[in-house]
Amino acid sequence: MNELQQADAVPAKAPPTGRYWLMWLVLLALQLVNLGSSYLPLGAFNVVVNVGISIVKALLVMAVFMHLSSASPVMRLAAGVGFFFLAVLIGLSLGDYMTRP
Amino acid sequence: MTTIAAEGAPSYISAGYTLRSWLTTRDHKRIALLYGVSILFFFLVAAAAAAMIRLELLTPAGDLVDDDTYNKLFTVHGVVMVWFFLIPSIPSTFGNFLIPLMIGAKDVAFPRLNLASWYIYTLGGLFVVVTLIAGGVDTGWTFYTPYTTMFSNSHVILAVTGVFIVGFSSIFTGLNFIVTVHQMRAPGMTWFRLPLFVWAHYATSLVMVLATPVLAMTLALIAIERLLGVGIFDPALGGDPLLFQHLFWFYSHPAVYIMILPAMGVVSEVITCFSRKPVFGYQFMVYSLLAIAAVGFMVWGHHMFVSGQSMYAGMVFSLLSFLVAIPSAIKVFNWTATLYKGSVRFDAPMLYALGFIGLFMMGGITGIWLAALAADVHLTDTYFVVAHFHYIMVGGAVMAFFSALHFWWPKVTGRLYPDGWARAGAIVMFVGFNLTFFPQYIAGYLGMPRRYHVYPPEFQVLNVLSSGGAVVLGVGYLLPLLYLWWSLRRGRLAGANPWGATGLEWQTPSPPPTYNFASAPRVEGPPYAYQAGGTDGR
Ligand SMILES: [Cu+2]
Repeated sequence: MNELQQADAVPAKAPPTGRYWLMWLVLLALQLVNLGSSYLPLGAFNVVVNVGISIVKALLVMAVFMHLSSASPVMRLAAGVGFFFLAVLIGLSLGDYMTRP
Repeated sequence: MTTIAAEGAPSYISAGYTLRSWLTTRDHKRIALLYGVSILFFFLVAAAAAAMIRLELLTPAGDLVDDDTYNKLFTVHGVVMVWFFLIPSIPSTFGNFLIPLMIGAKDVAFPRLNLASWYIYTLGGLFVVVTLIAGGVDTGWTFYTPYTTMFSNSHVILAVTGVFIVGFSSIFTGLNFIVTVHQMRAPGMTWFRLPLFVWAHYATSLVMVLATPVLAMTLALIAIERLLGVGIFDPALGGDPLLFQHLFWFYSHPAVYIMILPAMGVVSEVITCFSRKPVFGYQFMVYSLLAIAAVGFMVWGHHMFVSGQSMYAGMVFSLLSFLVAIPSAIKVFNWTATLYKGSVRFDAPMLYALGFIGLFMMGGITGIWLAALAADVHLTDTYFVVAHFHYIMVGGAVMAFFSALHFWWPKVTGRLYPDGWARAGAIVMFVGFNLTFFPQYIAGYLGMPRRYHVYPPEFQVLNVLSSGGAVVLGVGYLLPLLYLWWSLRRGRLAGANPWGATGLEWQTPSPPPTYNFASAPRVEGPPYAYQAGGTDGR
């Protein structure tokens, strides 16, 4: 037994870099969709669409660049909890800003 | 009870006596002692500031120090007590020392990171010492903007840098504990066999890792606004001062749980040991620790009821604050139920733990008053608030720290302290504490504002009582220092398990050998296998 057990050490094989380039292109494409959608006259739904696209991009970054798609459940939980409490910080603060008289 | 370690294995203390052997150690037990010495130093610094404050408040006139100095006194008292004593107090000393022992591990998961966290703590502390030498900081420990960023002429940047740095030591400690609990448990030590002390530190570590980065970011924003004039919090620059309060309290309310959750862990261990009964409702105790940690993140707005926050947000924060009372109450009820029909003994650690329960309840219940929107309008920024949070932080966290100190002192040092003196010390501390802070509830309710050193003469009686109590409380803190120091050389040898306690830390010699156990322990049953009224091995 050594001081640090090896259970959660670095994965043996890193995914091929092609996947990252592909993801980069997908992110750029979504960026263009984001830009394009802002020219559509959707009223309040412009915001909905843009935030929706941003969420998809964030999820892609988390899944691919942060390796969460191949991570253990504990790792996914840890990342999820981090994002949850960030959402709490932003959400409850907005609860103040958006309801001020 | 038999000891697992081989006879004659050198203890962690005799592993090396040079300064170098201490400053380069990776042994979690030695790092715990390094932390212990450091937080004692900062405790004394902050206590000296408190003594000056209480001396000044003996009379209604501002006759001891001038206004600026008084502002600096309560600021240094707050900053140092919060970040350099209370936050690291139980986790980085007893948590560090005991978690690997309690789960049957040789050390924490990242021993080097553990040592690094102490050096980072020391570096942060150095900034605070330099701040003091340079002339201090006068903003209050909350660093409220725009005063901090635009108007204060004191050493804001130095102080904020120190707090920024020390935050990383608590992130490292939290990270270390989380990975240790996940990865290093001995065979058979399942999650629901973990001692509640370990669970409490697990919950604390989650809060440390999730909340502290927000503090670091907020303090960095102060520096950006103050040094570069970027408008973030100052309305004159287009910023919003309430944004600072949201960000600051998103950390600083959970920070209270960084102080109180480990205290709850300590008290759970002590109550069950000195009642000779398993903890009542173990699983509920675990879930309420986690619930307090989680819901504690959603209540910060109760610090902002009168600062211009939307009243609708105020209502939500008020309701959520009431919710935290539920798991806290579950814990108090379960400790009480643990005492019921137990073979209760009043050794010193138990006296401190019982003191904790009473004082924590007083602090918690007045917290509910303050979480009520209407009552808070009357009580905000009065001494009522000061009394409330001192009941939680000093009556709660510090009492528990002393409970832990007396419970595990024989394990840490291998020596027993004089029992009579220790019980007397616990009683003096309890009496001194109440005499210091109970009058502040009354003064606050009658309208005495906090952070002023000149006050209307009708409050003098209450303030004299409080200052007199502070002297008694001071004696209560000095007594343990004296007899514990004495016990280091003269105390009787403790043996592996002087309290007849369950738990793996008691199954290895006192003081434990460097790698804790001679062979890896195996856990076969649930924690706290005490039998009330039965033989207890003492
Ligand atoms: Cu709070």
